[in-house]
Amino acid sequence: MKSAHRKSLLLIFGLFLADLVHAQSQAIQGQSWLIYLLLAVAILLFFVIVIQVSDNLLAIEAKRSGISEKAGAFSIFPSSKELLPSRKPNYATDERVIHSSKGFNILLEGNIENGQVNQAKVNTYAIKPQNFIGISPIPKVTVEVGDTVKAGDIIFFDKKNPEVKYAAPVSGEIIEINRGAKRSIAEVVILAEKKMSYRTYDTPDLATVSREDLVQFLLGSGVWPMLRQRPYNVIPDPLVVPRDVFISTFDSGPLSPDNGIVVGGREAAFQAGLDVLNKLTSGSVYLGLDARSQTDAPHTAFSGAQGVEKIFFSGKHPIGNVGVQIHNTRPVSGSEVVWTPDVQAVITLGALFSEKKFKADRIVAIVGSEIKIPQYLHTFQGARISELTDGNVASDNVRYISGDVLAGKQVASDSFLNFYDDQLTVIEEGDYYEMFGWLIPIAPRPSISGTFPNFLFPGLKFKGDTNTHGERRAFVKTGDYERVLPMDIYPQQLMKSILVNDIERMEGLGIHELVEEDIALCEFVCVSKQPLQQILREGLDRMREEG
Amino acid sequence: MKKALLNFFSKIEPNKEKQPLLHTAYDAFFTFAFTPNETTVNGVHMRDGMDLKRLMVHVVLALQLCFVFGTYNIGHQHFLALGEYTGFLEGAHLKLAQGLLKLIPLYAVAMIVGLGIEFFYASKKGHAVEEGFLVSGALIPLIMPPDLPLWILALSVVFAVIIGKEAFGGTGMNILNIALLSRVFVFFAYPTTISGDEVWVSGLVATAAGSGVEYGWWHNVFFNGIFEAFGWATFDATAVVADGYTGATPLSLAFKGGWEAVTAEYTTAQMWWGTIPGSIGESCKPLILVGALFLAVTGIASWRIMVGMLFGGVVMTLILNAWGATEFMQVPWYYQFYMGSFFFAMAFMATDPVTASGTTTGKWIYGFLIGFVGMIVRVMNPAYPEGWMLAIIFMNVFAPLIDHYVIEANIGRRNKRALAVAATTKGA
Repeated sequence: MKSAHRKSLLLIFGLFLADLVHAQSQAIQGQSWLIYLLLAVAILLFFVIVIQVSDNLLAIEAKRSGISEKAGAFSIFPSSKELLPSRKPNYATDERVIHSSKGFNILLEGNIENGQVNQAKVNTYAIKPQNFIGISPIPKVTVEVGDTVKAGDIIFFDKKNPEVKYAAPVSGEIIEINRGAKRSIAEVVILAEKKMSYRTYDTPDLATVSREDLVQFLLGSGVWPMLRQRPYNVIPDPLVVPRDVFISTFDSGPLSPDNGIVVGGREAAFQAGLDVLNKLTSGSVYLGLDARSQTDAPHTAFSGAQGVEKIFFSGKHPIGNVGVQIHNTRPVSGSEVVWTPDVQAVITLGALFSEKKFKADRIVAIVGSEIKIPQYLHTFQGARISELTDGNVASDNVRYISGDVLAGKQVASDSFLNFYDDQLTVIEEGDYYEMFGWLIPIAPRPSISGTFPNFLFPGLKFKGDTNTHGERRAFVKTGDYERVLPMDIYPQQLMKSILVNDIERMEGLGIHELVEEDIALCEFVCVSKQPLQQILREGLDRMREEG
Repeated sequence: MKKALLNFFSKIEPNKEKQPLLHTAYDAFFTFAFTPNETTVNGVHMRDGMDLKRLMVHVVLALQLCFVFGTYNIGHQHFLALGEYTGFLEGAHLKLAQGLLKLIPLYAVAMIVGLGIEFFYASKKGHAVEEGFLVSGALIPLIMPPDLPLWILALSVVFAVIIGKEAFGGTGMNILNIALLSRVFVFFAYPTTISGDEVWVSGLVATAAGSGVEYGWWHNVFFNGIFEAFGWATFDATAVVADGYTGATPLSLAFKGGWEAVTAEYTTAQMWWGTIPGSIGESCKPLILVGALFLAVTGIASWRIMVGMLFGGVVMTLILNAWGATEFMQVPWYYQFYMGSFFFAMAFMATDPVTASGTTTGKWIYGFLIGFVGMIVRVMNPAYPEGWMLAIIFMNVFAPLIDHYVIEANIGRRNKRALAVAATTKGA
């Protein structure tokens, strides 16, 4: 079908050429060079075709007689591989490497200098029901203020999905159950004990247990909410078997933690977690590995993982986002479901089987330009911000962000780290006026625009602040979104279809493949300062209600 | 200094409820002077330093060379017609004065009328003044003939801004390019004013030999007073148009008599460097290309549209060359780019980020078709020997259609891929 297409096109083109030559021959003298030019092109084309065909025949003959399987060995043309130096780093020459040139790395001050992990001095922890998308604002809290809990004990569950239990990350005393607007539960706060005590589990044997029993065990254990499901980035539906499991083993966001350090010392638990996940999916567990560096190979816990499909990714942020990796390997559509746990969730899941303990400990990166000494801290899920940053914040007018500056959420200093976050970024608030700031910006600022002299200083790190650098405007088609999204998706058209509530078009344009973190960089570069993440979430909520 | 200015601004801030129009104007000027202290909420915490103001002002910056040259060339053409100061740099002060006397009123009228309407609508809708007219207002004087009556300009701006933009919902919502729409209005509403050879050279009663000059108070009293004080040459109110002068643009010559007729009047160097009559900003090709390069390198204008349009133009001229039915068609294809406003349209008109195609593939198609169609209009249209204005407006209308098909293709690709993935799914 396709070749017929091409042939007919070629025929039309040939007729067209003939017509040109014919018309030319009747035209005035002095224009005859055009005839010669067309003739020359025709002769050149003829020879190229002849050479190409004979070259292919040679390759076919070589393959048939089984001389060499290697492509290009018999061709007189160099293969594209020989012409272009391979982008594959040394450690992944034989692996599948997916490269994308789209994206943008925001280089910020306040990165961690050395990989040493310090012990955090945090006493209070909290689980915030609002961190879970789609659960009812007033879940059933099963503990009361004054109760003591062990790590892994159930503290609340959602009345809509009572089988999914939410567990205490640490052992200690419940000291507060704070309520927010309309009596919703804002946070359940636990004062941790000095010595951690763990809930005992009757862990099933992975070799013999059925999938149903395993799911039942995980639902009651408290680790279930850590496994997230796409589309919509919600807690997995226990009734649905995921098509695949995708785990991104690196984070490419600004000032993000190095997962090699995170997994260090917990390699066995990580592998155990992968084994459990393999039992839970009907397809495969995919591991996205970091191929951004030419020399530094990913941690052996990732590159040596067993029973998984490994795919390397290189490029700029958001290449480390699991959504981008799924899109470039086996994209999801509306009816399909995949799970996307992060590395630390896999470790917690694995420890539940290898150590029979609910270990919700997290290595958290404390970063940002307003942090005096950026560092890794070893703590537990939901640690209190003020205790994590005690005495380590440089100034007063700052913003605490649970997560990175793109997809993270603003948190108060006396609040707690969000459930899924392993990074705390502290940057300056940008509530200042800037004289002619749009014309001659005085302070350097990150931007993808060529109107800033940033490209002259490729390694320059920016301080960055929360100023919007301009006011909100209508969408214009600058093409900037497409420059930073390594997916075959048209973000602006998708946003517009969400704004006009066109369900069919949203689905067609790939809303199921996106969550907020994937679109965050588009929001960063938007010259119209549109709230893309918010628009996307509205669209996802609508899709969830419909479907 | 900054603090004092901020205090001053906060002191003079008008009441938003009582004086909405005044407050809108105040807000526009205030945000012009100071980037507001807004911080990010709910979403990214850090924003790119680029905003729409900066985007728009860079287009205006790219136009500055055209403004400078255009101003001078108005005067240069005026004196060429009189047969005085025929060297490019001779009588520079007179040429500059003549140019400024023509350009400043055009610019001022375009800006005052356009921004006045913008301010009015912004205050009525209760939102901030959008920056779109910053560029449109800078482009409009450059694409007009120097001798255009100011009331026609004002009418064209009113039409373009109200019908072309505000009726659709303001900047970012318009379908047609505002600057070109004002040009189209002049072209269709006042055809006798804009066609013919009269309007392309300023300050003459007529272009026929022996016609007098139109000098006013500014020439005779203001500038002549200054120039006399310095002992320089002054405007001569008794000067007449020299013998043998036509004032025809290269395109109208080419339309009548092909390339031979053009070269009889102008050299290729004159056409390339722009010392020819024409719209104010379009004549000097190298300076426009500098602006185009600036826009492409900084990523403000889409290089895909520019390259696509160049390609489309080349393909069509080659076809026309091969056809060669009229003398205009036989103009060598590369000389087509020496005449008219191809490069100006390519750099500043086709690349408008609001009215152009929004998808990457679409930009290629959109650019190519502008070049292709524009050249047809230029060469084959019997009435008006230039095509970019009409071609770009035409493709503005088609840009959403191009985008529609590109997006449909994306949806089709997604569905196909979903089927392919489903086919290889284990346990399904």
